Amino acid sequence: MATRFLTLIAFLLAVALAPLPALAQDDFAAQLNGLGPGSFADRTKAMDVLVATGDERVPPVLQALSDGNLYIRESDGKVVIATKAAGGLAVTDPVDGADLGVLPSGELEKIKTNNGLRGKIRTAIGKLTLLSPDQPTRLSAAQSVLKNADPAMLELLDQAISAEADAGIKSTMQMARAVIVLKTDASLEDKRAAVDLVVAQNNRAAQTVLRNTLDTAPDELKPTIQTGIDSIGRTLAVWDVGQNLLYGLSLSSVLLLAAIGLAITFGVMGVINMAHGEMVMLGAYTTYVTQLVIQSVAPGLMEYSLAFAVPAAFLFTALVGVGIERGIIRWLYGRPLETLLATWGLSLVLQQLVRTIFGPTNKLVQPPQWMSGTFELWNLSFTWNRLWIIVFAIAVFIALQIILNRTPLGLQMRAVTQNRRMASAMGIRTPFVDAMTFGLGSGIAGMAGVALSQIDNVSPNLGQGYIIDSFMVVVFGGVGNLWGTLIGALSLGVANKFLEPYAGAVLAKIAILILIILFIQRRPRGLFALKGRAVES
Amino acid sequence: MLTQMLFRALDKKAMWLVAALVFIAIAIPVANLVIPEGNPLHLPNYMVPLLGKYLNYALLALALDLVWGYCGILSLGHAAFFALGAYAMGMYLMRQIGARGVYANPVLPDFMVFLNYKDLPWFWHGFDLWWFAFLMVLFVPGLLAFAFGWFAFRSRVTGVYLSIITQAMTYALLLAFFRNDLGLGGNNGLTDFKDILGFNVQAATTRAGLFAASALALALAVIICSAIVNSKLGKVMVAVRDAESRTRFLGWRPENVKLFAFVVSAVLAGIAGALYTPQVGIINPGEFDPANSIEAVIWVAVGGRGTLIGPIIGAVLVNAGKSVFTGAFPDFWLYCLGGLFIFVTLFMPKGIVGLFQKLKPRKGKEASSAAEAGEDPSTLPQPKPVPEPAE
Repeated sequence: MATRFLTLIAFLLAVALAPLPALAQDDFAAQLNGLGPGSFADRTKAMDVLVATGDERVPPVLQALSDGNLYIRESDGKVVIATKAAGGLAVTDPVDGADLGVLPSGELEKIKTNNGLRGKIRTAIGKLTLLSPDQPTRLSAAQSVLKNADPAMLELLDQAISAEADAGIKSTMQMARAVIVLKTDASLEDKRAAVDLVVAQNNRAAQTVLRNTLDTAPDELKPTIQTGIDSIGRTLAVWDVGQNLLYGLSLSSVLLLAAIGLAITFGVMGVINMAHGEMVMLGAYTTYVTQLVIQSVAPGLMEYSLAFAVPAAFLFTALVGVGIERGIIRWLYGRPLETLLATWGLSLVLQQLVRTIFGPTNKLVQPPQWMSGTFELWNLSFTWNRLWIIVFAIAVFIALQIILNRTPLGLQMRAVTQNRRMASAMGIRTPFVDAMTFGLGSGIAGMAGVALSQIDNVSPNLGQGYIIDSFMVVVFGGVGNLWGTLIGALSLGVANKFLEPYAGAVLAKIAILILIILFIQRRPRGLFALKGRAVES
Repeated sequence: MLTQMLFRALDKKAMWLVAALVFIAIAIPVANLVIPEGNPLHLPNYMVPLLGKYLNYALLALALDLVWGYCGILSLGHAAFFALGAYAMGMYLMRQIGARGVYANPVLPDFMVFLNYKDLPWFWHGFDLWWFAFLMVLFVPGLLAFAFGWFAFRSRVTGVYLSIITQAMTYALLLAFFRNDLGLGGNNGLTDFKDILGFNVQAATTRAGLFAASALALALAVIICSAIVNSKLGKVMVAVRDAESRTRFLGWRPENVKLFAFVVSAVLAGIAGALYTPQVGIINPGEFDPANSIEAVIWVAVGGRGTLIGPIIGAVLVNAGKSVFTGAFPDFWLYCLGGLFIFVTLFMPKGIVGLFQKLKPRKGKEASSAAEAGEDPSTLPQPKPVPEPAE
């Protein structure tokens, strides 16, 4: 009686002083201490009180009680969790998880349980976790039920399934139920229904569950389970295609970003810019510097640093590009092979320059919050930064199309691409158009660098990794037409990712290179070549 | 007959060049082996393979010059032919190790034992015979060049497109040779050689012999190239370089001319690679790096393309500069190399040889013989004031 009285007082106190967390903790401690003395019936009642609180600290305590790890400290009657340790028992406070040191076993009294109580504890834990309002708790509870497959949980599981709103957790629970049903001696019809339910889940987890139950299942059900595994396998194969397509799209977007600037300079000026990769690299370093500046000037804007880095990278690399065109390339017009050599030399100088200034090690570019992490859609998983890069590549492509087709500069560029001398005769300042074109191509490479800084190491060698692939895209797609570059990037990216599972990453790349070499034999000017009547290329 | 052809092939300049190379082939080993240490004319042991390496690079540059300088094909994949020849030689040298390897397997090279190979892969058979290996040095790069050129030139892939697919070729080979299951040593390549033709590769006498072989191979290549460029075929090559369509309309088959030049050039590059392996002592997939091919192009450009002596001067000078600079100022070398690319293309389109021609007042008679060797500046493509539209 005395304990109940004490509990009541504690309860009243708790109600009166509820806003004070310290006292709320005392309240929990008092309820907890109610578990200690008295008969099994008292203990059951104290347990019900604890369960009614729905406190997240309750399940571990009940688990300890069930495992025989719950003790009363004789000095003050406090209920504690204790496990065996050298020199006695290591004691922890169940209220706040504090370590209370090691006590000799004589100073602790074990709280006794019986089978009836253990059954109740199990249900209580299940109820607390499976029906918990907290989503991750429910999920982990469902997963643990699936793992242990305890037939006693069946009733509670049914209750939880009917109450569950989240599809993912519900499917785990249903799988757990099916595994349990298959274990029990339920009727064949029930078992069949349970299996059908799992098959209906149609995902990788369901396939694993079916595989695991295949051996123990009754013989009548084995064909059903096997067909279920096969049909899920077929569905998964389709999803794999989708996943590869998504990876391919991601690679394509990177290729498109890296190659599209090259396509413009090559298309309009017939210049192969070997330093194009270094423009990408400079863009990535601009991102790094922008973040450094923002960090020191306005740390609050770090989340939006990329919004500043994109225009900064565009302007900086465009300026560098115009400088290169005015300083080197314009002296080499009509000699494309020599331009190739000079720009290669330039790329060496730029790499070494960046190495001298920033050092040879990789620089860390902070990804913003909204670009990190992964998400799942149906059975596909994808990282946010890859998705944003696809979006960015599409945006850049559309913007370029608008510039080329809807602005005076674009008109002039197209005129120069199609017939330089005629355009010049019509009063277009071709040297100006050349400089602007080269600046535009370089600026786009810089913007590509901002995107690549999110998925690749920002080092002086960043551009080297993309230059050959970019050439392949441009040569494959043909010049003078941005759609060619788009199709080139898409087909190379997707083909690469589809070959990878069969051949491995390196062989896939080799295969793509050989395919391009062979393709060029068929169409020496790429997929979308400008039609002309000139004899010489 | 043969000597007559030879004499006709060699103009005065090429003859001097061959004589100089033969002299070097004798003088350097003598300076290393005969002249005692302490004498100012003595050449230390480490210099011999280093100089030999320069001569191998010079041979590669000469090979590249034959296609680029005379035929207008800018190959950015010549390092691939060089490396293939080097690998063929490396395979022979690996088989010569025999049971002296770490794992003492009489047949399998060390890396194969390490990778749990049970039998020798089929393409390793025969490489224990020196004549077979030496044939492969010529045959493998030649065959690749023939297959590649056959398709590319027939489809009229020209200019920048051709340069890029040659780059793709060497890049694909680079990736392939990095794979362990190709059976060619993967990342580490082939190394730890012991004997060549029964002589210890480490011995000073063998090294001197290899140097002499490199110099003589280069001299032979000069004779061959001189014979080609001074023949009627050489004239057609230059014509193809300057106006391919016009040559075609005149009834020539430019694709066959180009294919011939490309294959000969690849074989010469393969020989250079084969001599390179025993002197350097290792061959690994890094030799396939597209950057190496482009570097070889700059040797030719620095020395002067469209001449026979130019690429040799360029290769030796640039590589000697590289040895000095990477030792003294390692950070500075890439600036130099990069700057060299830009400077030479902008200000010295005809290279060092062109510079000398400018300085030297031209004598009427020599000018005509120079023109025969393709050195007349009027046969070089003139810089056009405006860019051509890419089509």
